[in-house]
Amino acid sequence: MGRPKTIVEKIWDQHVIHQEEGKPELIYIDLHLVHEVTSPQAFEGLRMKNRKVRRPDRTYATMDHNVPTLHRHIIKDQISKKQMDTLKENCDEFGIRLADINHPDQGIVHIIGPQLGLTQPGKTIVCGDSHTSTHGAFGALAFGIGTSEVEHVLATQSLWQATPKTLKVNVDGELGTGVTAKDLILAIIAKFGVRFGTGYVVEYTGEAIRKLSMEERMTICNMSIEAGARAGLISPDETTVEYLRGKRHVPKGEEFEAVAQEWLSLATDPGAEYDAAVEINASEIEPQVTWGTNPSQCVPVGAATPDPSVLEDAQEQDSIQRALDYMGLEPNQDIQSIPIEHVFIGSCTNSRISDLRKAAEIVKGGKVHEGVRAMVVPGSFSVKQQAEAEGLDTIFLTAGFEWREAGCSMCLAMNDDIVPPGERCASTSNRNFEGRQGNGARTHLVSPEMAAAAALEGSFVDVRKFGATVGG
Amino acid sequence: MEPIKQHTGLIYPLDRSNVDTDQIIPKQFLKRIERQGFGQFLFYNWRFNDDGSKRDDFSLNNPMYKDATVLVGGENFGCGSSREHAPWAIQDFGFKVVIATSFADIFYNNCFKNGILPIMLPRHEVNHLLERAKDEKVTLSVDLVNQQIKSDHGLVSAFDIQPYHKDMLLNGWDEISVTLNYADAIDQYETEKAK
Repeated sequence: MGRPKTIVEKIWDQHVIHQEEGKPELIYIDLHLVHEVTSPQAFEGLRMKNRKVRRPDRTYATMDHNVPTLHRHIIKDQISKKQMDTLKENCDEFGIRLADINHPDQGIVHIIGPQLGLTQPGKTIVCGDSHTSTHGAFGALAFGIGTSEVEHVLATQSLWQATPKTLKVNVDGELGTGVTAKDLILAIIAKFGVRFGTGYVVEYTGEAIRKLSMEERMTICNMSIEAGARAGLISPDETTVEYLRGKRHVPKGEEFEAVAQEWLSLATDPGAEYDAAVEINASEIEPQVTWGTNPSQCVPVGAATPDPSVLEDAQEQDSIQRALDYMGLEPNQDIQSIPIEHVFIGSCTNSRISDLRKAAEIVKGGKVHEGVRAMVVPGSFSVKQQAEAEGLDTIFLTAGFEWREAGCSMCLAMNDDIVPPGERCASTSNRNFEGRQGNGARTHLVSPEMAAAAALEGSFVDVRKFGATVGG
Repeated sequence: MEPIKQHTGLIYPLDRSNVDTDQIIPKQFLKRIERQGFGQFLFYNWRFNDDGSKRDDFSLNNPMYKDATVLVGGENFGCGSSREHAPWAIQDFGFKVVIATSFADIFYNNCFKNGILPIMLPRHEVNHLLERAKDEKVTLSVDLVNQQIKSDHGLVSAFDIQPYHKDMLLNGWDEISVTLNYADAIDQYETEKAK
């Protein structure tokens, strides 16, 4: 046996098509996911040069960013409609499978890949979307690309990439009751900053990571890009294998057992070396709430907003003050004193069935606070159906939530699901950038449980105490 | 793609860190299916009021920077979404060079596909340019061949760039054409490993 290797090295070595000194390497792409927003110019580029899609069988498209989540067959916005129609025409012309809004497999691209078993350990996966890192939860090397690279992959099924540097994020200890995978990844970004992962592929390791379910692991890997890392992954284990067993696009029977052994062998070898490493202990983490305009501007729910006047660095002072001003908050303001007007439970970070179950547990028997508009947007048509089979829709609707169709929705507000200027939203999504949920909208990122509790309380509340007071 | 070898132009200083691609081009403009015409939407929410009038508190609206072609930003420029609409907007607005202390990976990569030269400089040099260009017109000359910048008030600095990226910009390559020269290697890979 040779030198111990990380999973990233193993996947990389298996995918190099061509290498030469002083150049990036040409690597093969196993799976290319496509959606309506970042693909039209790529298909147009192919047409202009009379090029074909090299492997339509390794390409899979859906509609998610633009789709209405209410009355989905009436698309009022003609520009959105045009973009969706264009995807349909492109998929027809180039022979690509498409889950359009009438298709039972439709959903957020990062929800349906895993759900269909298209996402598998050891694969290289790309998509014109930065949250492609989500698929890393399976031990795949998955990263977001721009539209020029979408065109490149369509034409050549390959990409020029520099050998990635690896960064280990080790999480020992155990998450406390009421503390979720979302809180863990927010705490990691708060501790190490929005660019500690820039230039790296992150591998999440440690006891606390091993204990997470696949859906929780997806939440973690999803937000790798918010730490600057294009890709974040977790070595496959029995949890990974069991999640994939029986999924539509994975092998069946004996063939599955054989491929499962291959998947498990991809895990990072003991003693493998990383280019960098950081550590955090899960047991120290509390439910998190972002207060600012990037995901590292985040504190435990029991804390207060920062005071820029105590900082020495003028640029940092300025950046915190700017964020507080945008968010309409004061320095040293208690997080639990902040009233909210909107709650959004959804997005590729937190719209899977387990997210909806956990939120429903909090909501059950309660009522959405007066003056709060709350909505649940399942990540896929299939998640929606499963939730309805379990009666979760009734729990949400009875409490006064809106129950919507699948899509990206209020995470980026490209459809009609918009937070009005100056209003505040507790959101389970991944970005609290200025204007992300609507021009002038104020976003606070939280877990589904924290969002559900905030909906009933009308302001942020520690979900651990909330559970106790309502007898949950 | 237009090759870029040398460029001389006026600096526009944007003294903010973590300028994300949602700020560079807000999502309401991502619905277009064309590649051109995004410049009018650059930094839209910072440049315009709700009624479409220009905001006087945003420096890009200052006529002094009307002809700027070199954008100087802070840390972690271009973070967030992978949208290539961000470099399309920057380029279409008239910028050829973006200078920052650091860039987000996807944005950095996207620049090279669109004939924009992203340059990383040490913080004290970026701060120097930001400070200078705040109150007066500063012209910067960028020499990609020799990997050097020179400002008209005397700052001279060298910058790093990977040879592959440099060649791409100098030659204005269409990357797909380059890769298609390796079609045999891709065929072979597929025969052996990826049927």
